[in-house]
Amino acid sequence: MSILEVKDLTVTFPGGIQAVRGVSYEVERGEVLGIVGESGSGKSVTSLAIMGLLHRNAVVTGSAKLHGRELIGMKEDELIKVRGKAISMIFQDPLSAFTPVYTIGDQIAEAVRVHQKMNKDKAAKRAVELLDLVGIPHPNVRAKAFPHEFSGGMRQRAMIAMAIANDPDLLICDEPTTALDVTIQAQVLEVLKTAQRETGAGIVMITHDLGVIAGMADRVLVMYAGRPVEQGAVDDIYYRPRMPYTMGLLASIPRIDGEEGALVPIEGNPPSPASLPPGCPFAPRCPMKVDMCDEEEPPLVPFGGGRHVACIRAQEIEHKGLTGADVFPVPVIPPSDVVRVPRAERATVLELNDMIRHYPLMKGAVFKRRVGTVHAVDGISFDIAEGETLALVGESGCGKTTTLQQIMQLVPPQGGRVVVLGKDSAEMDSATRRALRRDVQIVFQDPMAALDPRMPVGDIIAEPLRAHGRKDVQARVAELLDLVGLAPEHAERYPQQFSGGQRQRIGIARALALEPKLVVLDEPVSALDVSIQAGVINLLEELKNTLGLSYLFVAHDLAVVRHLADRVAVMYLGKIAEIGTVENVYDHPAHPYTQALLSAIPLPDPELERSRRRILLEGDLPSPADPPSGCRFRTRCPKFARLTEAERRRCVDEEPSVARLANTVDHGAACHYAEEIEVITASDDQEEK
Amino acid sequence: MRSKVVLRRLYKNRQARYGFAALILLVALAYVGPLFGNYEWTEKDFLSFLSPPGPDHWWGTTSIGQDMYAITLRGMQKSIVIGLLVAVISTGLAAIVGAFAGYFGGWVDRLLMSGVELLLVLPSFLIIAIVSPRLKSDASWLWFVVLLAAFSWMVTSRVVRSMTISLREREYVQAAVYMGIPRWKIIFRHIVPNMSSLLIIDATLNVSAAIIGEAALSFFGFGIQPPDVSLGTLIASGSGNATGYPWLFAFPAGLLVLLVLSVNLIGDGLRDALDPGSNS
Repeated sequence: MSILEVKDLTVTFPGGIQAVRGVSYEVERGEVLGIVGESGSGKSVTSLAIMGLLHRNAVVTGSAKLHGRELIGMKEDELIKVRGKAISMIFQDPLSAFTPVYTIGDQIAEAVRVHQKMNKDKAAKRAVELLDLVGIPHPNVRAKAFPHEFSGGMRQRAMIAMAIANDPDLLICDEPTTALDVTIQAQVLEVLKTAQRETGAGIVMITHDLGVIAGMADRVLVMYAGRPVEQGAVDDIYYRPRMPYTMGLLASIPRIDGEEGALVPIEGNPPSPASLPPGCPFAPRCPMKVDMCDEEEPPLVPFGGGRHVACIRAQEIEHKGLTGADVFPVPVIPPSDVVRVPRAERATVLELNDMIRHYPLMKGAVFKRRVGTVHAVDGISFDIAEGETLALVGESGCGKTTTLQQIMQLVPPQGGRVVVLGKDSAEMDSATRRALRRDVQIVFQDPMAALDPRMPVGDIIAEPLRAHGRKDVQARVAELLDLVGLAPEHAERYPQQFSGGQRQRIGIARALALEPKLVVLDEPVSALDVSIQAGVINLLEELKNTLGLSYLFVAHDLAVVRHLADRVAVMYLGKIAEIGTVENVYDHPAHPYTQALLSAIPLPDPELERSRRRILLEGDLPSPADPPSGCRFRTRCPKFARLTEAERRRCVDEEPSVARLANTVDHGAACHYAEEIEVITASDDQEEK
Repeated sequence: MRSKVVLRRLYKNRQARYGFAALILLVALAYVGPLFGNYEWTEKDFLSFLSPPGPDHWWGTTSIGQDMYAITLRGMQKSIVIGLLVAVISTGLAAIVGAFAGYFGGWVDRLLMSGVELLLVLPSFLIIAIVSPRLKSDASWLWFVVLLAAFSWMVTSRVVRSMTISLREREYVQAAVYMGIPRWKIIFRHIVPNMSSLLIIDATLNVSAAIIGEAALSFFGFGIQPPDVSLGTLIASGSGNATGYPWLFAFPAGLLVLLVLSVNLIGDGLRDALDPGSNS
């Protein structure tokens, strides 16, 4: 018997914007339904409509029945009894979901007392129990903490505790792990599974991350432009997609166990909900489009085996057994000439030698005094050869951005050396520094924030040209726009008239304006949707090969890194844990942190996900103001836990430095007891250990 | 390229078109209108005191026989010039001081902001009242403009400073730094334009505030000195007889309202044209 039954749900916002256009699904007890889709596909609005949380001016039609009781149009005071009791919701941003002025324990206890008759002491006790259940250490102490004293992962756990406080029948999770780091994401997903086991609730899991869905969901609903386009069991959707959009989506994800070569991008952008095309909304981007697609929107029809597809050519796809790679054209990326020269003979573009960046920790409003030091970057070394991409990966707070800023500022570091294109930043005068800025450019993470919203695109791209006294500005701007796949007439528009992917292309065009030798990429694709992401990654790869660029690529997404980078440096708390070629590091990670990081990444492959054993890390990143002695990773290290007392001594007393591993040319790890294991492909090895 | 886009958007905006049309008409009236009048603003008609509007004196006369049409337009000339000058000077000063203090921080910030605080605690009305009548030169009204502007920019500059501090951390500002663009150029190219909505609204408010401030000071005899007139002095002198002799009050007050309204319409239109986010 299904808990929630949604039928023909539509949501229309003022101005005729149809955000949701007919969604139907059922959730059974103990079942996990995954809803995937890109931003703007209506996946969040659907769940908000069910909860009755939309603004009053949104028109909701259709039906959503919870245990046969209609929720749409229910009176507010009755809805209040349902919300938090029968249905709970977990939001993406756990900081804004808690009130900052009450303690976590009080807020959970309040959630209990709203729906259950219980005295204060009992509710407080129940809150502590719940915090314990979601794996918060010392729950009776932590219950008295305020939300800002919790880390992101802890807050999300507390959020889950609050959501399951009243034994709900249904949990709606709206991008519950998107704001978290991968190792923390793995922890939280584990907690969610526990919570589901405890309550037996059904879960609606809304996310754009196909890897998370693969590991969690039983059934999947794919949404596009406010409508479900495909629905079915998770294995069917992932292994036998029958709608070109799903096929494209799956083919466009860079995979951590993936092969080399170009990714498959879906051309174009999702349609605006205010102006939908007359026929199938995906038709303008679909390589399988025929004339009939433009005539009428295909309905979601049963396809056999409990699945539904909204495509007129689904039968044909089934019959021919087509896959995403067959349908979508794979772009050809010209190979690079530079890489044919062995790495040792190529010029070094960037060299960091024991670079240090500490920030003073100040206290006091009027008389500031130094109370400590934040060891943001604590002696890191690497180099980048011409035509090479080095990726700097790590979780938030590990010092990636600080490293990058230090390089871009071209000022003498507090310790160590930064050598850019053969010039030491400590010995530079301002004229050299200015000249060097031509050769080192940056692409930022957030394509909206990186472009001045008040400037037309033409001026944005022209800015570096004018700053360095180029004359042929107009012609060069047109050329650059063409290079990144935009039309020259776009120069007159403002950044906000472009979609995220296009904006990022503008950012890339600006970075390339002065024909730099080194481009620093600060999470260039993490703010983009998957289908758009693939196009930008291909562009970056192509530009690198045709223009002979070198990239310093900072990212937290290890799958993208595998795809784009030649070498990778894994950072942990301001130190490099492991460095080497992508093949070496990904296939034979030697540092326990790298191993945990790689094993935490969800793969968009349900079967593999089910059989995978994760190395779960305990707790959160220690504060960089007070790093552990010796090896910085030892407080969370799974290997440290298995060592004998004598062996541990060494980890506590002696700080490991990056040592080259035996029988490899380019692979080093900063671990006293480094040992290569395979984490990604053969997860069976793990069980033997 | 940018100015072209802004101009096109400005032209498309209906409010701004009306505002500009009204302002141009008012300015034309103020400067061209007196050429068509029957009397000079300095003339006095001793045959008609307080006569209502008629064919000879279009807008009536005052109690000493001045032609209302001539002196109102003369007063409007002064008010337009004073209002616009004060607004431009004080907003410009606020933007520059606030942006430099916020962007550079450190001792520049401390120096500029202590200057701002000093000016804030000075009693501006008193100082203008004391200084203004002592400026006996021909261009004394210009000094008056400077005084009015000097005491009206401080609050805005503090707002500008705090906005600059948040803008300074934006990635596009950092991008400009990494491009090797000098810092003063970044302030004028990336920081000030991104506060243009605030500055334009501030400037339009300042136009009316300046005209009103001028009127208040003139009422007490500290502003525009006779025989010169402004809308402020005319409204002040006409307001006492507003019920009995409405033309003494209605014409200068009505023109003041029209003037401020048209400037406000232009302000709205400019904000829409400069801010790609607003689509009204």
